[in-house]
Amino acid sequence: MKTREMICIGCPLGCNLTVKIDGENVEVSGNTCNNGVVYANNEIKNPTRIVTSTVKVLDGDIERVSCKTETAIPKGKIFDCMAEIRKKKVNAPVRIGDVLISDVAGTGINVIATKNIEKEG
Amino acid sequence: MILMKYDVIVIGGGVTGCAILRELSKYDLSVALLEKEEDVCSGTSKANSAIIHAGYDAENGTLKAKLNVRGSELTKQLAKDLNFGYRNNGSFVVCFDEGDRPGLEKLYERGVKNGVKGLEIIEGDKAREMEPNLSKNVVAVLYAPSAAIVCPFEMTIALGENAVENGAKVFLNTKVTDIKRKDDGFIINDEFECKAIVNAAGMYGDVIHNLVCDEKIELTPRKGDYCLFDRECGDLVKHTIFQLPSKFGKGVLVAPTAHGNMLIGPSATDISDKEGNNTTIEDLDMIIDKAKLSVDNIPFNKVITSFCGLRARPKGDDFVINEAADGFFDAIGIESPGLSSAPAIGEYVGDMVTARLGAKKKENFKETRDGLKKLNKMNYEERGKLIKENPLYGNIICRCEEISEGEIVDAIHSVIPATSLDAVKRRVRAGMGRCQGGFCSPKVMAILARELNIPFEDVRKNNAESPMVYGKLGQDDEI
Amino acid sequence: MKYDVVIIGGGPAGLSAALAVRKEGIDSILIIERDDKLGGILNQCIHNGFGLHTFKEELTGPEYACRYIEKVLEEKIEYKLNCMVIGISDDRKVTYVSKEDGLCTVEAKAVILAMGCRERPRGALNIAGFRPAGIYSAGTAQRLMNIEGYKVGNEVVILGSGDIGLIMARRMTLEGAKVKCVAEVMPYSGGLKRNIVQCLNDYDIPLFLSHTVIDIKGKERVESVVIAQVDENRKPIPGTEKEYKCDTLLLSVGLLPENELSKLANVELSRVTNGPVVSDSFETNVEGIFACGNVLHVHDLVDYVSSEADLAGTYAAKYVKNQKGDREYLDVEARDGVRYTVPQKIDVKNMEDRIIVRFRVSNEFRGKSIVVEADGKEIRRVKKRVLAPGEMEQLFLNKAELEGVKKLCVCLKESV
Repeated sequence: MKTREMICIGCPLGCNLTVKIDGENVEVSGNTCNNGVVYANNEIKNPTRIVTSTVKVLDGDIERVSCKTETAIPKGKIFDCMAEIRKKKVNAPVRIGDVLISDVAGTGINVIATKNIEKEG
Repeated sequence: MILMKYDVIVIGGGVTGCAILRELSKYDLSVALLEKEEDVCSGTSKANSAIIHAGYDAENGTLKAKLNVRGSELTKQLAKDLNFGYRNNGSFVVCFDEGDRPGLEKLYERGVKNGVKGLEIIEGDKAREMEPNLSKNVVAVLYAPSAAIVCPFEMTIALGENAVENGAKVFLNTKVTDIKRKDDGFIINDEFECKAIVNAAGMYGDVIHNLVCDEKIELTPRKGDYCLFDRECGDLVKHTIFQLPSKFGKGVLVAPTAHGNMLIGPSATDISDKEGNNTTIEDLDMIIDKAKLSVDNIPFNKVITSFCGLRARPKGDDFVINEAADGFFDAIGIESPGLSSAPAIGEYVGDMVTARLGAKKKENFKETRDGLKKLNKMNYEERGKLIKENPLYGNIICRCEEISEGEIVDAIHSVIPATSLDAVKRRVRAGMGRCQGGFCSPKVMAILARELNIPFEDVRKNNAESPMVYGKLGQDDEI
Repeated sequence: MKYDVVIIGGGPAGLSAALAVRKEGIDSILIIERDDKLGGILNQCIHNGFGLHTFKEELTGPEYACRYIEKVLEEKIEYKLNCMVIGISDDRKVTYVSKEDGLCTVEAKAVILAMGCRERPRGALNIAGFRPAGIYSAGTAQRLMNIEGYKVGNEVVILGSGDIGLIMARRMTLEGAKVKCVAEVMPYSGGLKRNIVQCLNDYDIPLFLSHTVIDIKGKERVESVVIAQVDENRKPIPGTEKEYKCDTLLLSVGLLPENELSKLANVELSRVTNGPVVSDSFETNVEGIFACGNVLHVHDLVDYVSSEADLAGTYAAKYVKNQKGDREYLDVEARDGVRYTVPQKIDVKNMEDRIIVRFRVSNEFRGKSIVVEADGKEIRRVKKRVLAPGEMEQLFLNKAELEGVKKLCVCLKESV
């Protein structure tokens, strides 16, 4: 059995949770409401995050286009995702929602543009 | 190896070196100045009280006394001729105790003997009429109407640039590491040859002196911390407010600056590191405590930056200005009142050097310098006209001090060019305001990169060892 | 040139205000923006977490800005880029400069101030030490990374746990930098809990509460910083000093509304918010000059900036259409844990039936209630489990309960 401390981010209260993990069994204490239990279970079983960064743009009016993973990806894949983002170059123009990298780091999730970039000139 | 030959080489581009260079450029001599940093005004001259002292502090008969009073007179005219910030605001030396009154009277006597004009001892209540925020505890003040404030950056750069306009050369990023004697002169760094050297190397004046002279000397760095306040507080005091001097200098002052900020400081702590211009909690706390004694209502939450300057303190109490060896002139140990004395030191050293070399005055010396345009000092009509002529004057880069792209470009291409963020800041004040470069520094960096035709990541804060960024994102992954 | 409404600033506040003015049927509007794009600071806030209240979805800063920019373009609202306003007079003449237009003065029936805020610099904290390269406010570093695309530092210490600092801790980590720690002088964080978890805890970046930077070393570029614990008076405790090797110090130590222009127009500023003192219609003491967004008071969420600016725009439009008559104000007093309120005064006779009052508290409180008293009588009590200075609070007041009231106050009291 393992024990982990975490802060619930369900509301500004920010309860300090103590989570006891025994295989599939997750026991939460320190929570004020049920949101704490749901949050802790997600964080233990399948923590995910949206990753945001920028991608190099060729011939754009600015040099980088901001981007994000379309939905949250597994937390463990964040740095693999970043490695692909860092290597990527795209051509201007770029529109919000354009897919910049498909199936990033084998997650099945796309990295999309979050800014409109015009062609320079 | 081809040597660059000059009649006189000045080592050090502080206010002393630049004033001497300008004086020498009045003569039929070839003169050059060597500065170790990327810009002039990078040492003691950039971090001091920015005061033109009236001249009552120094003991009668000293060089300090003579050169301060003369320097103070010269500066007033120079500010007009060379276009640098100057305001004749007058100074107070305050005393808090009837028992200290003799000290004040002694200063008065000394000032009169030194030739300071207009000195007057006035009572506390009258002083508070002139200066409403003066502390209630002040019983009497020595009023010196001839004291003034200047912009030390503009003053140093103006002197240097006017010298260049008159034929002098300035070599930046040129640190003197070696001086050899030659029969009728010197070889510096195996690069330069000259008949005479003027040592105006500030904190390193002893190091340069000891390269040449048998009798070794030592200069002690005395550090002084300051706090600079938002322009919002520029009116808190009109005069420069000193406290009665102690053995550690003139004490903590509260003063407006030529650009309308307010300044308090300095501390006076002897250290051993010639590069030790870091502020310390102890010194900052001390100046804050002391400043509170002379002036009420100082808004300490309006500090926009603090900084530290080093004064090069010699063993004796006077400036060290003489021909220390054949053809080698020292102008060192220039602690306070060095800024006030600089134009007079220029004259004094100029006379010594030119007499030695038998030089004659040029006929075509250009006395005046236009300097950089300051759009925020102009009225709307003038400003609009200038923007029509050069649209870059319409693109505001530093919003706190309202500095345009045109003014920054002018500074980068000025007579002594600005090649770093700090050099731009000293010339046009971009980044000198209340946000301290938060918004404008990326923009100024882009302008520097464009105008100097260098990559953005090669722009420096000051010298080569001060990078702002470390290359482009993702660069490590590109092969 | 003459306009009905001139809006200074094309960030989230200015854009939302402009749309509200247009919605009231006013055609003659001008937005003056100093940057080369509309959207303001949102353009560099590439992280997600914007728009949950406004659009019920989680957007990044540029996406959030774009939603408003597109509407402004659709409505064909006139805007000028790369224009810096250098003067506003109290009779609403606005002077700006730009490369294209030179120096221009426009006249407005109403002016909306929406200039935003700036970061508190190092100097304001008076941190001792050297002044080398490598000391950045978090927002400057954010711009250098996210807009210019440069690596700002390799080894980083962050002072202040404001949200921008936390966001930058994650951003720099993702780009390969090592963020050694975040020091916060207060015993609580100034940032949102979510950012503590997802920007620091996710990457094992320690947060040291009640700690501050007491020395910066390195003459040319930062080489290390010294961090010490502070006592309850925020004074460093001797013996707790620890030196961290780093090349970069980021500061996220607070935001200040940017009101230099407001002062030129003789707008009265609050000593607490550093923004204008406004009435329930977001009008300043100068008739026809309104304020909204971070220039008025620093917000925690952009969604609240947008909704506040929407109100300010609506009131400015109404002012242009039928100049309001005599104003008679009831001051809103903030005390006992409530630092300030916006609005600071209410024109009860002319007010809407229901208004929002926004405010911040001065400390972290648990088990307190927000209480509104009218002439000493409690007219509202809202129980709160936790209140923190980092989060903006709000409550509603009705015209009916304010009529005839002489003294109004918002405060915190123990919950019962």
